[in-house]
Amino acid sequence: MSEVQVPNNAPEHCPGTQSDDAGKASACAGCPNQGICASGAVKGPNPDIQLVKERLEQVQNKILILSGKGGVGKSTVTAMLSRSLAAADANRNVAVLDIDICGPSQPRLLGVLNEQVHQSGSGWSPVYVEDNLSVMSIGFLLGSQDAAVIWRGPKKNGMIKQFLCEVDWGNLDFLLMDTPPGTSDEHLSASTYLSEANLSGAVIVTTPQEVALLDVRKEIDFCKKVNIKILGVIENMSGFVCPSCKVESEIFKANTGGARKMCEDLNVPFLGQLPLDPRIARCCDEGKDFITEIPDSPAIKAINLIIENILKSIKV
Amino acid sequence: MLENVKHVILVLSGKGGVGKSTVSTQLALTLKEKGFKVGLLDIDLCGPSVPYLLQLEGKDVHQCPQGWVPVYTDAGQKLGVMSIGFLLDDRNSSVVWRGPKKTAMVKQFLTDVYWGDLDYLIIDTPPGTSDEHITVMENLKQVKCDGAVIVTSPQEVAIEDVRKEITFCKKTGIPIIGIVENMSGFVCPNCTECINIFSSGGGSALSNLLQIPLLGTLPIDPNVGALLGKACVVDFPESTAAKVFHQIVDAISKEV
Repeated sequence: MSEVQVPNNAPEHCPGTQSDDAGKASACAGCPNQGICASGAVKGPNPDIQLVKERLEQVQNKILILSGKGGVGKSTVTAMLSRSLAAADANRNVAVLDIDICGPSQPRLLGVLNEQVHQSGSGWSPVYVEDNLSVMSIGFLLGSQDAAVIWRGPKKNGMIKQFLCEVDWGNLDFLLMDTPPGTSDEHLSASTYLSEANLSGAVIVTTPQEVALLDVRKEIDFCKKVNIKILGVIENMSGFVCPSCKVESEIFKANTGGARKMCEDLNVPFLGQLPLDPRIARCCDEGKDFITEIPDSPAIKAINLIIENILKSIKV
Repeated sequence: MLENVKHVILVLSGKGGVGKSTVSTQLALTLKEKGFKVGLLDIDLCGPSVPYLLQLEGKDVHQCPQGWVPVYTDAGQKLGVMSIGFLLDDRNSSVVWRGPKKTAMVKQFLTDVYWGDLDYLIIDTPPGTSDEHITVMENLKQVKCDGAVIVTSPQEVAIEDVRKEITFCKKTGIPIIGIVENMSGFVCPNCTECINIFSSGGGSALSNLLQIPLLGTLPIDPNVGALLGKACVVDFPESTAAKVFHQIVDAISKEV
């Protein structure tokens, strides 16, 4: 951003919109934008970025949950992290923001499917799952389960900005932001709007097989390009223990070494593995709290270990 | 645009990671084995998987006077593939594009690829109902699109997004050929007990609810995941997956 910014249609020798000479150089004479440049209006910081910064000042840790690949468990991991964080300490306030606009899953996973969002003087009130766990998603704003959000990029960006500026979260210790797959509008918007807001970093979710890692490497490349700190990578669905014979088998084979090997290659922290537990999938479908439903699941121990690693990563 | 293509089939799903690309590639390979000339277009720009799944990574797209020449999987040029993966220098580099740029790329893929004469063009899509999908739908208005194959996995959380995709098809007038339920049931290699990891029956429930045919139910089969470029109908002709792909192809050729 620090280089000279010259619009495509600017006259020759344009000093650039951010220059001190903007609107005042000899080349500016006759340019239709001379007035705007001279007024200094284009030089200030993007007002939306400032607004997001102010609105999220009461939020201690802001974490993005990313993955280049779909269906690897971003939303499930987000739900598990938020529930575990909230359950561990009743004085800790946790919130989930679902910025997957076309396929919101958080309302179902957190068991608040048919709730509604209310408007108050200080903004939208999120939906509360527990006393210290709230969630906001476009799912609450849709009329029916079949309603599709057929939007191009700019409209999705507007929605994300509204989510970041207009939700009344109150004081929060953790805000987890669940994203759609890819490296496009939603991701760029979130990273831009949060660029001044002291983002803690990104947790990346993957599954062990190469076809997922391939897309996840792209997401890591994206984070490096836009300067998002990578808190670490979680490998989900690694290993499946047969409920009848208790023998573990690899459904999604780590034929290229899995997430651990990728983390070594790309020099990012590895946060841990989550086993594939069909009971977790069922809890998610039914929106039940897995901590109370299946307290013996190996996934609970694993997620708590991962949380410890995330907290360590944030402090570094 | 696409004048010499007889049938265009979209592979869609609102949800990611349910097996769109696996179904697309196996569908293309099955059609090829049946003697058809097939094209496979991957319009997932941020996460192209087709080059890897067909073991074509590192291949280059060439230019000819008629346009881009797709990458062929075989010497007989029975299966041509186009993906943004062929245009990237490094398999790890990301495509960080907003909508308008993606739209332009998809449009170019639809207009500038020289497929030659094709019996089937299969279009593999990214998850969602946004730029890529709107662009394909708008452009396919000019050519006859035979319809969409919807891929889902059985659990509620996937079905929820797939219902949105079906609404998208209905709103935009894309006919739906049917639903494929993927990842339903895993047979434990040790005790051969079938376990429904991601629950079961979601696809048939959806097909009943919305009156859309269920084309088949694919189990989780790590062998199919490891095929990489080979057709399951050839390598594992006795597997459930092979039978289902035969069924799907029959349904498609009947439909179109």
